[in-house]
Amino acid sequence: MGWLDRERTIAPPGFNRWLVPPAALAVHLCIGQAYATSVYKTALVKHFGASLTEIGVIFSIAIVMLGLSAAIMGTWVDKNGPRKAMFTSAVFWASGFLIGSLGIFTGQLWLVYLGYGVVGGIGLGIGYISPVSTLIKWFPDRPGLATGMAIMGFGGGALIASPVSTALLKLYDPNSGAKGWVASGDSVGKLFLTLAVVYLAYMMFGAFTIKVPAEGWKPAGFDPANVRAAALVTTENVSAKNAVKTRQFWLVWIALFCNVTAGIGILEQAAPMIQDFFRQPDGTSLASAAVAAGFVGLLSIGNMAGRFAWSATSDATGRKRIYMLFLGGGAVLYTVLALAGSTTTVLYVALAFVIISFYGGGFATAPAYLRDLFGTFQVGAIHGRLLTAWSAAGVAGPLIVNAFLDAQGKPGALTAASYQPALLTMVALLVIGFVANLLVSLVDARFHEPRPGRVRSEEPAMEA
Amino acid sequence: MSTAQTPVTPSTGKLILAWALVGVPLAYGVYETLTRVAGLFG
Repeated sequence: MGWLDRERTIAPPGFNRWLVPPAALAVHLCIGQAYATSVYKTALVKHFGASLTEIGVIFSIAIVMLGLSAAIMGTWVDKNGPRKAMFTSAVFWASGFLIGSLGIFTGQLWLVYLGYGVVGGIGLGIGYISPVSTLIKWFPDRPGLATGMAIMGFGGGALIASPVSTALLKLYDPNSGAKGWVASGDSVGKLFLTLAVVYLAYMMFGAFTIKVPAEGWKPAGFDPANVRAAALVTTENVSAKNAVKTRQFWLVWIALFCNVTAGIGILEQAAPMIQDFFRQPDGTSLASAAVAAGFVGLLSIGNMAGRFAWSATSDATGRKRIYMLFLGGGAVLYTVLALAGSTTTVLYVALAFVIISFYGGGFATAPAYLRDLFGTFQVGAIHGRLLTAWSAAGVAGPLIVNAFLDAQGKPGALTAASYQPALLTMVALLVIGFVANLLVSLVDARFHEPRPGRVRSEEPAMEA
Repeated sequence: MSTAQTPVTPSTGKLILAWALVGVPLAYGVYETLTRVAGLFG
């Protein structure tokens, strides 16, 4: 399909680069639905007669597939350009919903695993990285702002999908007005069909709006020499194959892994955690279910806002410094949360909000950090490989928190003190991430791609 | 070869439409979430 090729997407002179962020956002807002699966989780438990864990596996498979497909397909995405990548992502993401709906209508849970989990997960991974390198090339003067705008969409997608899905479930289920209503499997199947159509259309808008800059294009007034002057920013390029052989890649991997693991620790437990923190001696909590729901909503906004605000800020502060804030500041805030978080709800909510903004900021700043260290040549592919840190953290974070909480007592009887071991473990993780980030330096010249008229001084030591 | 281009807006309407397509749903999502957040302070 030649009309999807990179060559067909080269922007004509005068193309407005501000058309690229909405194209990227269109994709990220759609795949961000992955964070809104809790809307129909209970309905699927009832429909399949399955446990919460069995239904939770759907989401886990999708996140693991996200990391794997981003890592494996990153080079393909860089080579074929954003339009083909977004188109492919849209087809996989929509197909995931279609196969998933078939599984729901026929009562086959494995089809939901295959559809939403595996097929949809591949769409997630390709879609997540598809606009990143293009945005960095369009905004060499503000890479953090550009990637922050797109990756903010992944956080914002759930904010849209959650109320829309709830409204559609009510529309599709004739019993929605009943007391203690749980959506029927049929209504969830219809919801999946609707989302497949809507997301396909939206992502196609993104795919056919995005364009890549012409070779040698640069924004008016932008001088690459100024980029070189900034500390820890290279004007050289490193291939994805060589990037994973550098110490810098793995140090950033560790920093991202620690940041995400710590953030997931709070996100996963958000609603029960605030109730447990303010549990009274008689077993009741000062935080009602409505307060807990409001708290979860506030964290979603913190997650989304942090992606944009911190990533944009990193253009001024530098990537290493902003990661020092995420990890060092995060460690301090987590310590305060563990030791004094239960004193007032205002303090607790404020701490959690900032911590989650650091979590989102870590995701959004990562592509620009990679651009600084490895150049723009294969930054999408390198970013894809880095996202394996997310997959690993997606497993490690909940495991750490749940293991500690299981040892402390039964859900509903936990208190603020029950969370201290888990939270202080997160502090230790953040300190490890802080040290890893501190050790990040410029990539050795032997990993750089040769330029015309200049050959690589020696082959990368680890390449043999 | 490096060529600096002055950004021009060949179609402001297209730009507004593109941003509206993503901005309106996002604003709706933020609004809906903020109404839930109100429960936190209510």
